[in-house]
Amino acid sequence: MEQVIMNQLSYPILSTVIFLPVLGALLILITRRSWELPTKWIALGTSILTFIISLTLFTDFDKTTHKMQFVEKHSWIPNWNINYYLGVDGISILFVLLSALTAILCVLISWNSIKTKIKEFYISILLTTAFMIGVFCSLDFFLFYLFWEAMLIPMFLIIGVWGGPNRIYAAIKFFLYTLVGSVLMLVGIIVIYLYAGKSFDILELMTKNYPYTMQLWLFWAFFAAFAVKVPMWPVHTWLPDAHTEAPTAGSVILAAILIKMGAYGFLRFSLPLFPEASKAMTPVMLTLSVIAIIYGAVICLAQTDLKRLIAYSSVSHMGFVTLGIFALNIQGLEGGILQMLNHGVVTGALFLSVGIVYDRTHSRQIADYGGLATVMPVYAAFFMVFTLASVGLPATNGFVGEFLILLGGFAANKLAGVLACTGIIIGAGYMLWLYQRIFFMEINKKIIGLSDMDIRETITLVPLIVLVLWIGIYPNSFLSFMHASVQHLLERVNAGGVQEVNIAKTILEVVR
Amino acid sequence: MNFQLPDLSPMVPELTMTALALIVLLIDLLIKKKEIIALISMAGVAIVAVTLLGSSGVTFGNMFISDGYSSFFKLIFFINVILSVLISIKYIAIERVNYGEYYSLILFSTIGMMIMASAGDLIVLYLGLELMALSTYILAGFIRHDVKSNEAALKYFLLGAFSSAFLLYGISIVYGLTGTTDLKTIAAFISEKGLANNFSLLLSVALLTVAFGFKIAAAPFHMWAPDVYEGAPTSITAFMSVGPKAAGFAVLGRVFMVAFASVKVDWVAILIPLSILTMGVGNIVALSQTNIKRMLAYSSIAHAGYALLGIITANNEGLASMMNYLMIYAFMNIGAFAVIIMLRSEGFKGDSIYDYEGLSKTHPWAAALMLIFMFSLTGIPPTAGFIGKLYIFISAINAGFTWLVVVAVIFSAISAYFYLRIVMYMYMREPKVTVSLTTSPATGIALIVTTAAVLVIGVFPSFLVGLARAAIRGF
Repeated sequence: MEQVIMNQLSYPILSTVIFLPVLGALLILITRRSWELPTKWIALGTSILTFIISLTLFTDFDKTTHKMQFVEKHSWIPNWNINYYLGVDGISILFVLLSALTAILCVLISWNSIKTKIKEFYISILLTTAFMIGVFCSLDFFLFYLFWEAMLIPMFLIIGVWGGPNRIYAAIKFFLYTLVGSVLMLVGIIVIYLYAGKSFDILELMTKNYPYTMQLWLFWAFFAAFAVKVPMWPVHTWLPDAHTEAPTAGSVILAAILIKMGAYGFLRFSLPLFPEASKAMTPVMLTLSVIAIIYGAVICLAQTDLKRLIAYSSVSHMGFVTLGIFALNIQGLEGGILQMLNHGVVTGALFLSVGIVYDRTHSRQIADYGGLATVMPVYAAFFMVFTLASVGLPATNGFVGEFLILLGGFAANKLAGVLACTGIIIGAGYMLWLYQRIFFMEINKKIIGLSDMDIRETITLVPLIVLVLWIGIYPNSFLSFMHASVQHLLERVNAGGVQEVNIAKTILEVVR
Repeated sequence: MNFQLPDLSPMVPELTMTALALIVLLIDLLIKKKEIIALISMAGVAIVAVTLLGSSGVTFGNMFISDGYSSFFKLIFFINVILSVLISIKYIAIERVNYGEYYSLILFSTIGMMIMASAGDLIVLYLGLELMALSTYILAGFIRHDVKSNEAALKYFLLGAFSSAFLLYGISIVYGLTGTTDLKTIAAFISEKGLANNFSLLLSVALLTVAFGFKIAAAPFHMWAPDVYEGAPTSITAFMSVGPKAAGFAVLGRVFMVAFASVKVDWVAILIPLSILTMGVGNIVALSQTNIKRMLAYSSIAHAGYALLGIITANNEGLASMMNYLMIYAFMNIGAFAVIIMLRSEGFKGDSIYDYEGLSKTHPWAAALMLIFMFSLTGIPPTAGFIGKLYIFISAINAGFTWLVVVAVIFSAISAYFYLRIVMYMYMREPKVTVSLTTSPATGIALIVTTAAVLVIGVFPSFLVGLARAAIRGF
């Protein structure tokens, strides 16, 4: 076991972070239906406690190594050689933290807006959080798949029960799209499991080399699952519906964490397991990314629904992420990971902000707003910061991520880099235009007399503002986590590809 | 000439069960309270389950085999009986068919299944199959004042008789060809004489496939299932969807793996399109059902398709995965039926899927349990349904049927739609009709057992998987 660093703490920290929310959910399950306030406080308490414990990960993390840390391993299903195997490295740790933070914000923002089936709602939120953290910590494929799929159940309910008017259609579409992708990945997982001599151990599987044709098949099997989650063009169509119809907390979880799981899947599995196939498929992936960037941005210009606009901007922004990942160089990869984090923070914040006005007006139509800066000045200031971060203004986090991705993108493929830049330009267009339509211009009669943000709402947004500026001004405190892991990942990808390149060279020489 | 009694010890469970069924039949004359008869039946089955432990062996000149394989299936049958009886007690009183024969018929049917699982000879197999089938025909028509129930029984009987004819025809061809009905001797004869390409042999394999396909409700021999499942008393639908199906798989596995081992290639070639068709028909037709019993009938057809993959692999691991699957299916399917049965109350049928609208509001616990069973039937972790499918898929891919598994997972994703629809009605619609639940301690126990099994097996499948593997050892 030189591969990993076992958990040095006196308690199993990763298990605690995963199962504390489950415990909270069980606690809520046995409370009385009429105890609405205690239910909310249990949810808030467990999510805050989870976050505080996860901060230990942040402080005790050893940044100098790519090895998995805080590792726990116990035999679970010996018949199939399945272990309960958890650990985090520089790629996953930030998402564990982001998931824990998002849970708090989701509980806070739903405090007054969720009025029916309160018990079920907070149980769903806590379970989703637990499963998402589980996805990022799993080092066993079975465990990973378990969390990956189990998360669909509470998410399906969150969208379908507490969502907008068209929620049922959106929930079922979300579920079916993701399920089709996931089951294909399951076939891929079983194929690897059997090929590698019955092992679900992700780290062990990464040390093996797979035949090229097998890699290609498996790459596409995993692609089916991850591309739907990201979502990449053309399988993105569930996202606008799900984002738009979900309640605010649901949109935030979707935007901040759930769609990151797809990109995380590419990083954690596709690249290191199938390095040659990933390299060979780079042109395809870059093309799809660029299409997503431009297509998503252009579609945004035509949206009349606030949440739908932000949803489509997610498609565009996640295009940047996949572009960075498949640039397959250090800038691209680190930019991609940072941008995942950024997008989680910024889009999460934008959905929270939309939720704040939606609670007051119950309208998502852009046309129903106008002149909001006069009515809700504090809110307008907050929204401005997030808008600028989404556009990628220097000193906000969006700039650092997109800059790194474009740097990597240009190095990988000039054309892709150039085309991606147009996405940024259009992005600035639709976001600023949106801001103008909502906050400036004549005051819409429908919004006269709205109260500005209260303390609870402000508290919800402040941590995100801090993150926007922190990452924007001093990104190194986050980038430093991933250096070693990304370096290691690149070595693995390039080592796998060397042979391939040499063969190509020899063929060229022979032809000459 | 001295007559020697064959060794009866391998048959002790069957003999005890027969005694139990007869006692229940007689006791019905003395006891007015039918609940007591139900209790006696369940306690008796529990005793029979204990006798299972010391029953291994072969007797009646290889005609009757009691091994791990048969014992595992018998365990499924016992669980099936006990759970079905638990959900029946209140239900048959509501349907006004609270007669003691109900329980003895269930027991006789189970004896038939047990004999099928242990059959080492085609004649014994036929004996068991008919005993099972005849008892089930009566049970399907048990609500005698209900036209639909009568229709179900008649349809089941006519088509069942038809399939029995296929079975007999197949058996007679095998006998004509090999001069024996003993499974092992058939296998030895085929390989000895090199009959692997004999047309008559393949014809008999095809005929047996038809007969067994009927019992497991595999398409295109599934036509009876939806009508029978819909018309039969709900408790019997639950019973039928697990027991006879598992018994069908038991004989399918043993006959094909033992007697026709040398023509593996041929029957695998027959079963592959059969399983694809079964998954396809089951899952796609289920999408448009509005009666929940019919929907679960099609779902049960689809599940037979998945379980067939285990037989298609044609190795022990595949059989173990099929057995594991059927055990899990028993728990999740009867669990779902237990919820359905609770919706039936005086003057309210409760078998339309629209009756589930808003159930989470009026009866949150019932809705939550149904949710678990629906997700388990879909195969979403961390429920047992996922473990069942995973094991089947692992063994099928290991045997080289990756493409078939891809087909299966696509159908399984399609199936999510109709299971989800129930969840959607329960959680995302407002109640339109007032549904009052018929609860009883017995149904409660059944629900607790099935829910616990679905969740525990979903997270800790080691024991069950180990049991299935141990059962198949030395098959």
